[in-house]
Amino acid sequence: MTEPILEARDLHYSYPDGTEALRGVSFSVASGEALAVVGANGAGKSTLLLHLNGYLQPSRGELRLKGQPVTPATVGQARRAVGMVFEDPDDQLFMPTVHEDVAFGPLNFGVPYEEIDQRTSQALAQAGAAHLKDRPPYMLSAGEKRAVTIATALALQPEILVLDEPSSHLDPRGRRRLIELLKALPQTRIVATHDLELVVEVCSRVIVIDSGVIAAVGETVELLNDEELMLAHGLERPHILRHLHPH
Amino acid sequence: MRLAEWIDVGRIDELGRLDTPVHRLDARAKAVTVLAYIACVMSYHRYEVVALAPLALFPIVMSSLGRIPWGFLWRRMLVAAPFVLAVAVFNPLLDRAQVTALGPIGISGGWLSFSSIMLRFVLTVSAALALIACTGIYDLCSGMERLGLPGIFASQILFLHRYLFVLGDEAQRLARGLAVRGFRPRVLRLRVYGSLLGHMLLRSVARAERIYCAMVARGFDGTIRTQRPGMLRLSDAAFVFGWAGYFAAARAWNLSALLGDWLVRVAR
Repeated sequence: MTEPILEARDLHYSYPDGTEALRGVSFSVASGEALAVVGANGAGKSTLLLHLNGYLQPSRGELRLKGQPVTPATVGQARRAVGMVFEDPDDQLFMPTVHEDVAFGPLNFGVPYEEIDQRTSQALAQAGAAHLKDRPPYMLSAGEKRAVTIATALALQPEILVLDEPSSHLDPRGRRRLIELLKALPQTRIVATHDLELVVEVCSRVIVIDSGVIAAVGETVELLNDEELMLAHGLERPHILRHLHPH
Repeated sequence: MRLAEWIDVGRIDELGRLDTPVHRLDARAKAVTVLAYIACVMSYHRYEVVALAPLALFPIVMSSLGRIPWGFLWRRMLVAAPFVLAVAVFNPLLDRAQVTALGPIGISGGWLSFSSIMLRFVLTVSAALALIACTGIYDLCSGMERLGLPGIFASQILFLHRYLFVLGDEAQRLARGLAVRGFRPRVLRLRVYGSLLGHMLLRSVARAERIYCAMVARGFDGTIRTQRPGMLRLSDAAFVFGWAGYFAAARAWNLSALLGDWLVRVAR
């Protein structure tokens, strides 16, 4: 078996107010895999995601990226290797134009000036947002904003793409485009979401997280079909699976 | 949020993206020139009004060539005007000695310094606004940083600008939430306003944290970088030295008076 690209070992994290958000989370992700992190509101999904690029440091346990532990000293590498797409695009897009927003990351990581234009165009094209290049981000629709935030992450050419609730606020067409895009990306993908139908289409493996611990890990269809397990953790058996396995 | 709509914070970014000869100049050249301009305007004697007039040429040329609408500058100046008025308004009351006369009407020193303060306010603020609108806040901050402004101040300015939108958004959402529950702003209820402000602050702080997190995720380390690396061109140098020369000339000679004399002589 090849070495996992990302490995969490017994992650613990408490917020300054004392809330224990993670209480011993361990899992590993294989290169190229699409992994879903599902769980009820407040289960600890977003806190977990913020550990994946070193924004939060675990109070106990460690995160290993390509076999190397992520520490304050190596956090720069982690940020370059892990592209993050946050839940609210308005938090992520702040430059006057889409092009400049996508160029923001590469500029910070010292990509040579000559390569920046090519990088941004490529990332925008990959995310299906090439035509938005010169628009101001705050004028875009929710679907367009989502595509641009994904391009901002892709422009870093990350090995892992982490997405928090990527399908929220999208209309059905936007959501469909997103699903096709996520399926087509070659990177390792980690998706935290309540959209279980998206999980069925995009991800091969699922982690169910509840109250800061991993409640279940397994192959998508098998796990999400377990109605009892789903209901116990504030989720439900996705409708799409009823059609895949008619009884 | 009528005020927010009226000021229209996003407009300055829109203007910053225009492509005009002024926009194409290097941010550093423009920043240095505007700083020199402000220093020059501030260096005049407190009773000076007429000699300041030729300096209006700079903001007028900047905003005309940079296609900055007058309404844009004017609205923003009006917002700041009450503060300057509050500073200047006591001068006519305190300083009543007559220093000059306009025909038969005697003019006191207080009214002169009042006019001077208001004129300087209009000149400097319009120049500064034109600078931001002709450069874009991001390029401007990056330019100032390369001029030697400590990174922490440059980021402060950038975030101040960026979070203005955040605050405006939050305020708008709160106002909408109040409106749908039948709140009438005319009834002043301090308790409600207190809790509103607190809410707005907390929500803005949370949002600011998320924005920061998203910036850090893309490698932001406190240095502002832009795609146009600094190559000062001849046009930048011409801009700086041309205007600096004009400011110096206006400071050294009273151009208004010279122009007046010349006109009178031509008329004869």
